[in-house]
This record gives sequence, C-alpha cells and structure tokens, in this order.
Amino acid sequence: MYLATTGRPDAPPPRTGARRRVGGTVLALGTVSLVTDISSEMVTAVLPLYLVLGLGLSPLQFGFLDGLFNGATALVRLLGGHAADRGGRHKRVAGIGYALSACSRLGLLLAGGATGWIAAALAGDRLGKGIRTAPRDALITLSSPPEDLGRAFGVHRAMDTTGALLGPLAAFALLWATADAYDAVFVVSFCVGVLGVLLLAVLVPGGAAGAATVRGAAGREPRPRTATLLAPLRSAPYRRILGATALLGAVTVGDAFVYLLLQRRLDLAVTWFPFLPLGAAAGYLLLAVPAGRLADRIGRRRPFLYGHGAILLAYALLLSPGPDLLVLGVVLGLLGVFYAATDGVLMALTGPLLPAGRRASGLALVQTVQALARLLAATGFGAAWTVWGPSTALVLAAAGLSAALGGARFLLPEDPPVEGHPSTERHSS
Amino acid sequence: MTGNGHGTVTGRLTRGRLWALVLAVVLLCGGATAYTLRAADRTALPVETPGGPALTLEGPAGGFLFRDTVTGRVGRHDPGAPGPRAVGGPRCDRFHAAGPTALCLQRRPGVPTRSYAIVLDRRLRELRRIALPGIPNRARVSASGQMLSWTMFATGDSYATSAFSTRTSILDLRTGYLVKNMEQIPLTLHGRRYHAPDVNYWGVTFARDDNRFYATVATKGRTYLVEGDMRRWSARTLRGNVECPSLSPDDTRIAFKKKVSDDPKAPWRLHVLDLRTLREHAVAEERSIDDQAAWTDDRTLAYGHEGSVWTVPADGTGTPRRSVSGATSPAVLR
Repeated sequence: MYLATTGRPDAPPPRTGARRRVGGTVLALGTVSLVTDISSEMVTAVLPLYLVLGLGLSPLQFGFLDGLFNGATALVRLLGGHAADRGGRHKRVAGIGYALSACSRLGLLLAGGATGWIAAALAGDRLGKGIRTAPRDALITLSSPPEDLGRAFGVHRAMDTTGALLGPLAAFALLWATADAYDAVFVVSFCVGVLGVLLLAVLVPGGAAGAATVRGAAGREPRPRTATLLAPLRSAPYRRILGATALLGAVTVGDAFVYLLLQRRLDLAVTWFPFLPLGAAAGYLLLAVPAGRLADRIGRRRPFLYGHGAILLAYALLLSPGPDLLVLGVVLGLLGVFYAATDGVLMALTGPLLPAGRRASGLALVQTVQALARLLAATGFGAAWTVWGPSTALVLAAAGLSAALGGARFLLPEDPPVEGHPSTERHSS
Repeated sequence: MTGNGHGTVTGRLTRGRLWALVLAVVLLCGGATAYTLRAADRTALPVETPGGPALTLEGPAGGFLFRDTVTGRVGRHDPGAPGPRAVGGPRCDRFHAAGPTALCLQRRPGVPTRSYAIVLDRRLRELRRIALPGIPNRARVSASGQMLSWTMFATGDSYATSAFSTRTSILDLRTGYLVKNMEQIPLTLHGRRYHAPDVNYWGVTFARDDNRFYATVATKGRTYLVEGDMRRWSARTLRGNVECPSLSPDDTRIAFKKKVSDDPKAPWRLHVLDLRTLREHAVAEERSIDDQAAWTDDRTLAYGHEGSVWTVPADGTGTPRRSVSGATSPAVLR
C-alpha cells in the first residue's frame, strides 16, 4: 500500500534524529504555488477596480456568476484528480491547470469591455485552479515519506500563502507606477503565471523519473482506468474521514462572515476591510509549518479537531463582550490556527490511506466534499443571519460546530496505521 | 540547502534545461518590464500648459462638460467652437455638475486604495473633500447645485466574498450635513415598511425642490425605483426593474436603465418613464448602456458608452449620435 514511499528518487535521507528536511519536489511545488499565487492574487486584487473604473461596468452582475463557477469547479476537481491518476500523469494534469490559469490573464487583456469574455476568462482561471489542486497535493504525498507529510504540506502551504500575500502588493505597486494601467497588471500577471508553469516543468520531477515511481506504484494495483470516480470510497477509514470532513465543513461558517462580524463590531472603515484576511493569512503563514510538524508527531487527527476547536473559540469570542481590539487580534490569530491545523493536515491525514494510484482522485473527493459542505454552511448561515440576525446565527453556528466536533471525534479514524509504525520507531531512536 | 533531496532534483536538472529556464525567466521579466514601462509612458499625464481660459461651469447652451478619458480631468464640449478641447480641474473618475457646483469622485492609488468626493465651485476650485471607502460609481448634483449624491462600490463587506455592495451618500451643501450611507432610510416596499440587511441604494437623482429624490434600491436580487423625501427622511418603492434613474429638468420623466436580458453581454436598455402616467418606453439606443443618463434639455439624453458620450432623443425617436469621443460622465453647462 505504501509502495510509493519506498525507493523514491528524491527521498530525504533517513532520519538521523534532529532536523529532517523537506523533499526537493515539495520545495519545487511550493515555489510553483508561490509564483502562481502572486500571479492570481494580482488579478483578484485589481479586478473590482478594473471592472468599475477601467471599464465602467456595474459588477453586481458578477456576483451571480460566482456561485455557478463554484459548482462547476467542484466537478472539474474530481475530473482533474481522476485524469491525474490514470497512468500517473499528475505533473501533466497539474501543468494543464496552471497553464489554463495563466492564459486566462491574456483572456482578460483581450476581452476589453466584453463582459461575456471577462466572465469566460474568470471561469478559465477557476477551472485551472480546480484541475491542478488535487494532482499537486497528490504529488506532495507521493514525494514525501508518510510520517513527514504534515510538515511537507505545512511548508507547501506556507509558501503558497506567501505568494497570496505578495500578489496584491505587487498589483497595487504596478497600478501606482503606471497610473492605473490595468493591462500592465494583466501582462505582468501572465508572465508570472507562465513562469510558474515553466518552474513546474523544469523543477518538478514528472516524466521519466518522477512518474516512474507513481506508475510503478500504480501498476501493482487495479488500474484506475477501470475504477470509477468513487473508487476510494471502498476504504473504511477514508469514508470516515470524508464523513467527518463533510460534517465539520457544513457547520464552518466561512471566514467572510467572521470578517463581516468583526467589521460590524469594531465599526471598521471599509478601507481597512481588505486587511482582515491578510491578518489571518499572516497567521496561517507563520503557523503552517509548526502545525504540520505537530501533526507528524501526535497524529493528524488531533490537530484537525483542534483547528476546528480554534474556530469554535473564535465564534465564542465574537459573542463575548471583551475589548474590541483584543477580540480582533485573537480572532484573526484563531483563523490562522484553523487554516494551519486543518488545510494541509487534512491532506496529510487522507493521503497515506489511499493507494498511490488513486491518490489524486481520493484527495479531490475530500476537497470537493469539503468545499460543497462549506458552501452549504455559508448559504445556511446567510439565511439565518437574514431571519434571526447575526448574534442568533452565530450562536446556532457555534452549537452546530460543537455537535459536529463531537461527531467528528468519533468518526475520524483513531490512529491511521501509517503513523503508528514510524512514530514508534522514531521514539525509540 | 536541502541536502540529498535537493541534490537529486538538481541532478535531474540537466544543464540544458536549467539554461532554458534562465533564458525564459530573463525573457519573461524583460517582457513584463518593457510592457510596464510602455504602459507608464502611455498613461503619463501630458505636461500642463499654464495660461489659456480657465474652465468654468458656465457656457453656451447645447454644450456640456465631461470627464476627459485621456487626462481624467474635466473637459468642455462646445458645439459652436470646434478645435482642441479645453481641459481643466482635478483628475476625476466620475464627474457631474449643475448650477454653481461640480462633484468629482476621485480614486488615489495606494495600499489601501483611497477615494475622495471633491466638491468644486464654478471655477473648478476645491471647496470640500470627503474621504470615502470603495470605488467611485455614480455622481449627481441637483439642479440648484445644493444637493449632492454619490455611490461607491464596496468590495468584501458582504458575506459572499466576491459580491459587491453599494454605499450611497447624500450631502446637503446648505447645512453641510452629510449622510454617509443612506441604507438606514426607512423604506416602504409594496406599501409595507421593509426591513432587510441586504438593501443597497444607488444612483440618486434630485427634483427641483431639492427635497424629493429618486434612486434605485436593490434587495433580494431585485431592483426598484424609490421616491424619497429628504425632510421626512423616508423612501417608498414605485415600481420594479429600474436602475440609475435620472430626472428630467421639468421633473416629469425619469430616464433609467432597465434590465431586459439575463445575457451578461447586454443586460440593459435605456428607457424613459413618465411619472404621471407611469408608462415607460425604450429610447432609440439599442446597445446595452451601463450609465446614469443625463438630460441635456427636456428632450435629449446624454450618456457614456465605450469611452464616448452619446446623445439620443428621450421620446424614443431618432438615432443615437456620438457627441464627444474620449469622454464619459456628461453634465450640462449652464
């Protein structure tokens, strides 16, 4: 079952005790994600300005399309994972996703004021993101020993978040330097995106050596070609993770609501509103690696639950009468803890349970279920907010999350077998 | 830096591929830099030429002021005097003027982006400046020049991350009183007092008495025309599917954009509504116009579309005509 972890060409050296290192492939994938996130966040940051001031459009109509894309991306993600598993083409499928997103910037540039084309370009970006995520995460699991997966994902997510923080800065600096030449932002974003694709092509082993590992592993199992998209569901621990993810996702309100509640509480000027996500992202960036290491040491199940506990604490704080600035700081910190302890950790928890040849599709299914459950939560919370007001809605969310945490504690597999063996070995050395 | 793990990666990196990567990086950086420099050059403002007649809000009938798309400053269209256009005043993203007052909405680049509403006198000198959150969208000055209103798009203060919301402000120059966000105004919808957190107002237009006004309100995905009263501070809906109303100079009709299609390429048609009969008709402009129209007189509408100001008769006859190219935000000269 864990063939992929033996005889990898880029396996880190055997543990010598103190600090171990993250594999080169993980660093390469992290670099690709960093560069790609700079590219995509550049566009995200200036898009509202471009639509309203650059083109003179009323962007209220774009909100509607957004929900539509979210549904489509979920499906594309599953297809991306499935395609990657067929014959171990993770790198190629991820590359297509990265390339599609990069090309969408050119689409924005060429669209001019044609809203149909703008919507198409935005859809292309989302599709690219949907296609690449699962193959990339599968590549991370396939190129790291299972006992180090938490840290590998921590490093990758920290690099990814760094890119997301740098992108808006780069975009606004460009707008400032060019006196609002939005096309320059799109061109630079395209160049950066192409650079990401090239880095993937050159730095990440795929093709010959890398794929051989994956193919070798896949070859000993029933070919995924014959399997359905839902094949990973045959594993009981996997089903339990899926259930827990859905359960917790369906009561996780979504950070956009948390920011809105903070803004109302502090009566924050809207100018400062965009900085709230940055605060949470900074927390995520700082905590991703420590959380991943912790997950490697004590098992991934507990950090995943603790992370959701952090968000429960954040809800409680939002309801408490504490001093506003303190609440702001702590809630943003807790959001950072939540992401650090759940996002990569979930992949590290799930990855080793899946045979190498089904890893991308299995991870894709978990991510899709999580995304859809959160969409459901956001819709439900929005409705509760409208009917009963923010406080009642938040109390309901907190109650739901407490119940779900209890359920997830029971559902999540106690100690995935993969962690038992190496961790005892480590303690004895 | 990564010991063995990295070593094997670089081991697989042949010299040729590495050089190809370096070359690509150089090309991409070069291309991005060249494009940025060219763009900066293109958008650089022309050096100002001092002297020449200062731009004012007065002028011959039939002419109008607009926002010059090249400089972002205020330009004047004078049908009787062709030649190079006169440009002056501050840089604006949206502009409107009436009576002795002009309103300039301005966004300053930076992190975070800041926006201002700037009140200008008849010689386009700054009287008052209000810092605003969001992205400028609509600007309107009442015929007397005493009542001002503007709409900003705010991103991210809604729970659906990518959805936009609007903030509409009203400024009374006689008292200096500023309503920062009018969404708390008591609203009567279909004859009943209406409460919902998702009400958004935009596109205010004032009647000649400086008290009555019209605007669009959106809630639960539908838009309505509201009639408002400044003194009583209340608003009631008149009918559905009306956006960006603009009251005619004689206070009898409203020009507005009506949503006629779900096709995102062409959602709107310009319409005119008679307030006495509540009957509406489309104007001869068949393209989708996303602007709050301005009345140049009681018979003609002016509006911005794809970087030009166009005019069309308000009664549904005739054809649209391009009045000024390189212009948006038309406002009538007094």
